[in-house]
Amino acid sequence: MELTVLVFLPVAAALLIMLLPQSQEQNAKHVALIGSVLALALSLWLFFDFDKGAEGFQYVTREEWVNLGSFRIQYFFGVDGLSMPLVLLTTFLTVAAVLVSYSITMRPRLYFAMLMVLATSVLGVFVSLDFLLFFLFWELELFPMFLLIAIWGSGRKEYSATKFVLYTIAGSAFMLIGILLLAFSDLQTFDIEQLGRGEVTGTLLPLGWVFFFLFVGFAVKLPIVPLHTWLPDAHGDAPTAVSVMLAGVLLKMGGYGLIRMCVTIMPDQADDYGVWFVAIGAVSVLYGAFITLRQTDVKRLIAYSSVSHMGLVLLGIGALGETSLVGATYQMLAHGVVTGMLFVMVGLMYERTHTREISRLGGLARQMPLITTGLVFAGFASLGLPALAGFIGEITIFLGAFQDYEWAVLMSIFGVVLSAGYVLWTLQRVVFGPVRHEWDDVTDQHRWWEHSAALGLAALTLVLGLWPALMMDMIGPAMDPILVRLAG
Amino acid sequence: MNGIDLIGPQFAVLVAAGLILLVDALLPQQRRLIPFVALAGLAASALWTISWVGRDDYQTAFGGTLALDQYSVFFYFLFAGITATVVLASIDWINREGRGQGEYYALMLTSCAGLMFLAAARDMITIFIALELSSIPQYILAGWGKDSRSSEAGVKYLLLGAIASSILLYGMALLYGASGSTLLVDIGAFVSAEGEANRSVLIFAMVLLIAGFGFKMAVVPFQMWVPDVYQGAPTPVSAYLSVGSKAAAFAVVMRIFFEALGADVLSDDWSTVFAVLAAVTMTAGNVMAVAQTDIKRMLGYSSIAQAGTFLIGLAAISSTDDPTTLGASSVLLFLAAYAFTNLGAFVAVIAISQRLGSDQIKDYAGMWKRSPFLAAALALCLVSLTGIPPTAGFWAKMFVFNAGIRADLTWLVIIGVLNSVVSGYYYLSVARQVMTGQSDGPKIPVSIPLTVSLAAALAGVIVFGIYPAPLIDAANSAAGIFPG
Repeated sequence: MELTVLVFLPVAAALLIMLLPQSQEQNAKHVALIGSVLALALSLWLFFDFDKGAEGFQYVTREEWVNLGSFRIQYFFGVDGLSMPLVLLTTFLTVAAVLVSYSITMRPRLYFAMLMVLATSVLGVFVSLDFLLFFLFWELELFPMFLLIAIWGSGRKEYSATKFVLYTIAGSAFMLIGILLLAFSDLQTFDIEQLGRGEVTGTLLPLGWVFFFLFVGFAVKLPIVPLHTWLPDAHGDAPTAVSVMLAGVLLKMGGYGLIRMCVTIMPDQADDYGVWFVAIGAVSVLYGAFITLRQTDVKRLIAYSSVSHMGLVLLGIGALGETSLVGATYQMLAHGVVTGMLFVMVGLMYERTHTREISRLGGLARQMPLITTGLVFAGFASLGLPALAGFIGEITIFLGAFQDYEWAVLMSIFGVVLSAGYVLWTLQRVVFGPVRHEWDDVTDQHRWWEHSAALGLAALTLVLGLWPALMMDMIGPAMDPILVRLAG
Repeated sequence: MNGIDLIGPQFAVLVAAGLILLVDALLPQQRRLIPFVALAGLAASALWTISWVGRDDYQTAFGGTLALDQYSVFFYFLFAGITATVVLASIDWINREGRGQGEYYALMLTSCAGLMFLAAARDMITIFIALELSSIPQYILAGWGKDSRSSEAGVKYLLLGAIASSILLYGMALLYGASGSTLLVDIGAFVSAEGEANRSVLIFAMVLLIAGFGFKMAVVPFQMWVPDVYQGAPTPVSAYLSVGSKAAAFAVVMRIFFEALGADVLSDDWSTVFAVLAAVTMTAGNVMAVAQTDIKRMLGYSSIAQAGTFLIGLAAISSTDDPTTLGASSVLLFLAAYAFTNLGAFVAVIAISQRLGSDQIKDYAGMWKRSPFLAAALALCLVSLTGIPPTAGFWAKMFVFNAGIRADLTWLVIIGVLNSVVSGYYYLSVARQVMTGQSDGPKIPVSIPLTVSLAAALAGVIVFGIYPAPLIDAANSAAGIFPG
């Protein structure tokens, strides 16, 4: 019940927004803010009320939805230690996304409604425990994303929006094949909990194929090299709030899916192909970092750095150890907050300078001290400075994977060194250096929503960096059943 | 002899057609009532069908030539709904055209009765007559417009349709020659008893039947007429052809191939043919749709591609050993979902192009400014055609793919899935132009009949998108008439 309310709260806000009369359309943002803050409050309550010691899923809602004998779809929600932190991340970033959108004046009703639908679809993905319901929410996200990028984006926004949608449809189409194949095994169910406990036998194609189909679906979203090319375009041209959501939570749907579906349901195949995950992950880390170095557009730069960071997640998942899996999950959370903050700060900067070309920016520390402080802070978190969020995830993944995959970890550590390079170099070019007088007239961040979005994200970055146990205690036990299956 | 009761739905529609002609001739001042007579006839037809659902008394009539079963009931509802939507969508257009009000609606109802007979027919002669009863009015309707394009469409449709009918007759004649009966049941018994010995003639007949019906189903390589006719014919008629005529063709194909040619001797053969046709049709339809600049042509090619997706379900019928006849029910579900969706898209196009005077996709840019309702409706229908939730199209696609996978046609499903990516490209690029571009054109008012028909189609798309269970149940029980 709690989860039903949580998932559909944003959609309710969206409906309310669409019902606003034209004259009230500037109030859409307030409705969206109230809706997303309520969702955040609810998920915070669920988070702290969560029983960390208990096994299995909590806050379960389970109803029959479509029943055709062999073809049963359930309305089945529940969270465990893996999904609960991701749910919290989603509601948190939704609030941030609404706050940074406060200056949107063009078609605000549609904008905020779509943002709310997006939040619902992501929440639905994280809490759905029926594979088909999961898929439904997974696909639901396409439409709002498409409109948000195509209408409120910049640059080649329509090209990017279409590219994003087509890549996702292609990936999820394969996922659908995988889901159907999986459901027509001897288990005869879409129930993720059941699939994750039983042994899948009697599929029409070898299970390795099923694994591959699902992997493609999740890998496009994560994204891995070479399926990543939609990401820089989508990020580059999306409005700030959408970049926040995209980098912050949408990419995590891929990592979540890999752990929840591929690894949990098909542990034997995961064992066989784990080394590929590690290899692809390490390549993504390095390749992403190299490409990032030569970006000239700040948002595309952050986008490529995401490819690199998500490569680490894949590496952690592929190593299949307790530490590495926990690290991968933590890295997802940390990357969500940190990259979300980077996009917020860059967004605030862009709103003032109307350029994202690194070569045109410079010396901005003088004109916008607060924004650049936030940028430097988030940048340091992104390069993995200890005491900030990014460090914990990376170090845990490296520790977990080192024993089995030294070479991959060494490669990735080099990637992390590169990330220090590109972050510092970018900060030096954008924030420091000689003052450019063409930016003398721009203002610093000064409105309450800008302050609160930046402060909130910064605070969470610190919390994740200083108090890892807060999340780890929850994530750790959730990995135990997976490890039992992997060992068995 | 309670035969009249058993053809009640068709009877109601035909009576309405006759009444319309009378009103047209005797009460020329009351012509504006004609569409409502048509709607009343369709409503009566639907009510009659509902009474059967209540009576649960299914049987065959007229010496086994017509079946009254869940299957025909499903299609009666579908055709009554489709025709009602098209009638509502025609009102503005025909008023503007200003001639032949009575004939237009009478022909459309006659055609609708033909479609209903087609869905119920279990005898080859009846099938052929019903096919002609539904087709001949369609030829006339396609040429209804005043411009040369429409005349060309009518003539083209007529000529190609006549050729297709003759090919079909050849196939039927061969079947009759081999089996000595025109009843599908008898042919079925013959095929399972002596099919092995007569395999070559049966396969020959089967190929001719597929070619003949392929024309109506608009399956590659029998699709050449589709884009030209859809573009040239009046838009309401194109809408009617793209859903009504296509659905009836699939209905009758399923009956024939399942009841008459369903025995193992043949079923693997036609399953393979349908699978190959499905792959070719989806791919060709989608690839050609990408390049279109005219929205009616685009919808024409897209309807070809969609027919290819239905064919996956047909191919899955024979090879599935699941007693729930997953393939058949998935095709039925898809036909219904496709009917709502495609009608919605066409009605939106009708409303827009009436004002715009153009069918060019580029002129649709910025439509959200000129009519938010039409823009959102069109975008939603296109999303449903792509198969993205929460729309009816998603469930339809999923069930067809599901049937394909169960029938061990994973290769075909992969092609289908890749095709839905391609279709996503052109559907969404139209949706994007409609929802994003800028336009300074005047607002586009939507008349009440168009609003009603569009709202009905949209309700189907969304309601069944969120709660598909009733539709799935209906499709399942309709498919239940086929032996497992």
